[in-house]
Amino acid sequence: MSFELTEDQKMMQKIARDFAEKEVAHGAEERDEHESFSRPLYDAMAGLGLTGICFPEQYGGADGDVLSYILAIEEISKADAGLGIALSATVSLCAWPIFAYGTEEQKQKYLKPLAEGEKMGAFGLTEPNAGTDASGQQTVAVLNGDHYVMNGSKIFITNAGEAETYIVFAMTDKSRGVRGISAFILEKGMPGFTFGKKEHKMGIRSSQTMELIFQDVKVPLNQMLGKEGEGFKIAMTTLDGGRIGVAAQSLGIATAALDFAIKYSKERVQFGKPISANQAISFMLADMATKVEASRLLTYQAAALKDAHKPYSKEAAMAKLFASDSAMEVATDAVQVLGGYGYSREYPCERYMRDAKICQIYEGTNQAQRMVIGGAVLR
Amino acid sequence: MEIVVCVKQVPDTTEVKIDPVKNTLIREGVPSIVNPFDKIAVEVALQLREKHGGKVKVISMGPPQAADALKECLAMGADEAILVSDRAFGGADTLATAYALSTSIEKMGPVDLIICGKQAIDGDTAQVGPGIAENLGMPQITYAAKIEINGDMIKVDREHDDGYEIMEAKLPVMVTVVKSIAEPRFPTVKGTMKANRTQIPVWTAADIAADEKRIGMPGSPTQVRRIFTPTQRSQGQLIQEETAQQSVAKLMQLLGDAKVI
Repeated sequence: MSFELTEDQKMMQKIARDFAEKEVAHGAEERDEHESFSRPLYDAMAGLGLTGICFPEQYGGADGDVLSYILAIEEISKADAGLGIALSATVSLCAWPIFAYGTEEQKQKYLKPLAEGEKMGAFGLTEPNAGTDASGQQTVAVLNGDHYVMNGSKIFITNAGEAETYIVFAMTDKSRGVRGISAFILEKGMPGFTFGKKEHKMGIRSSQTMELIFQDVKVPLNQMLGKEGEGFKIAMTTLDGGRIGVAAQSLGIATAALDFAIKYSKERVQFGKPISANQAISFMLADMATKVEASRLLTYQAAALKDAHKPYSKEAAMAKLFASDSAMEVATDAVQVLGGYGYSREYPCERYMRDAKICQIYEGTNQAQRMVIGGAVLR
Repeated sequence: MEIVVCVKQVPDTTEVKIDPVKNTLIREGVPSIVNPFDKIAVEVALQLREKHGGKVKVISMGPPQAADALKECLAMGADEAILVSDRAFGGADTLATAYALSTSIEKMGPVDLIICGKQAIDGDTAQVGPGIAENLGMPQITYAAKIEINGDMIKVDREHDDGYEIMEAKLPVMVTVVKSIAEPRFPTVKGTMKANRTQIPVWTAADIAADEKRIGMPGSPTQVRRIFTPTQRSQGQLIQEETAQQSVAKLMQLLGDAKVI
């Protein structure tokens, strides 16, 4: 069993790290402060090819593996977790389901520009009354000759408004419960497809989150993803992969918090010595570092399983659960190590703490992850 | 336009540690990078290729792991790379390095422009580029802050402490570039994947038919007596107010503030 990254993986990591350190890190504080998503920055990141790492060349990708892509999310999230999720939402939640379930025509039309970084993607499943329980979908799509007519709304959608391509789930047959849900590919600008209010968030404020509104949107038949009634399966398998992305995002946040706390503890002098010389601090750092390392192993393992085409649903849920809980704990402890400075906006640790919280919530709350894991171990 | 860029793999630190006994650089445990000025040279070459067409070839002399530095240049977009590597080159000073590189460049075929970084951040000698030009009998323009190509002529803004010297020469020419000339691009994912799969040709001393008295230790007359970090000298301040009277007043104020008078 080898824990060494391959040459390709190391180089992907380096590309993302160099870009994150030189281009992403310095503006992160300001984007957080002003709740501003930077499309030029996203485009620069996508221009390097980070959106195409794990897709085949014929669809605009680089033919790399999932782990390389996960390393990229981790590195970007170290600098700005909001940009990290913008990348993950495009690749894991929008491009991937098209790659896995799309027709050749859909892959050429929608996957390629996403992988090549020309377009951004988003994923619309959550509704005001349908969160963890996706069967409560109130968005409906009714067949009408050569098209469906979609009505309803989605909330808390990452990249909404900025993205050009949307995977949207809607009830096509209410009587069949979750088997009556279907997936559609929508394009920004389709008549009747608009955006509602922009969400003001605690963390990941540099990512854009909005409401999607559908009023008699005519969706042509060839924009259905997969078959009618396959929506729930598509959503669940997509989220399996998305969770590895959230785990990597959590890992990036936790690593940044840990690195900052270590550096600070060596520089901050109290009672004539650096605070790191106190066991109280060094033991905290030891626990933080151990949590980060365990998160890393679970996250990379889930990615490696996906690369090996083995089942990874349970492992992805475990990685997301553990890495996000760890990120929350590590970021909170980093604030504690910095004391008053940790609580101040002068230092990035309070941002890491706010950013970490969402990782325990989205793409399935950590309680929902336990449902997935529990279901798998009791099967 | 055929452009050759010379690159060096250097330790990733501005505070290079020195072996106090041997007076050589301690390389163990220090990650290696492409010399930052050489990366700028690659960027300049790529921009010139985008404008005037042609090919960008990168060359490096160093141990086998210097291939990593060349791969990074390929990932940025260079067309070809050559590693000049042989135990016989070991211990080369700038004279022997310039000889090995210029001999290799001659073997590469016709060249219009050789671009080097102004210096490497480890040795800081700034001698290899000019040495190559001298060996090849080529004009050299150092410290280029701007390059324009018109037909077979090159126009360069040469950076000085207090301005620019504008120089023109007929190609082929060797230029060294300064930091302000360009910001090196990031390697792309696809470029990197491709570079990783490229086998970089390795040229030995025999391949370039090198004169064995001019390479490695035998070809290196430099004897290092001591290496040290020179003390930083702070920049002077130019006082140039509108009138002499105002200048004097400003000077008096500064001297007063500094408690000199």
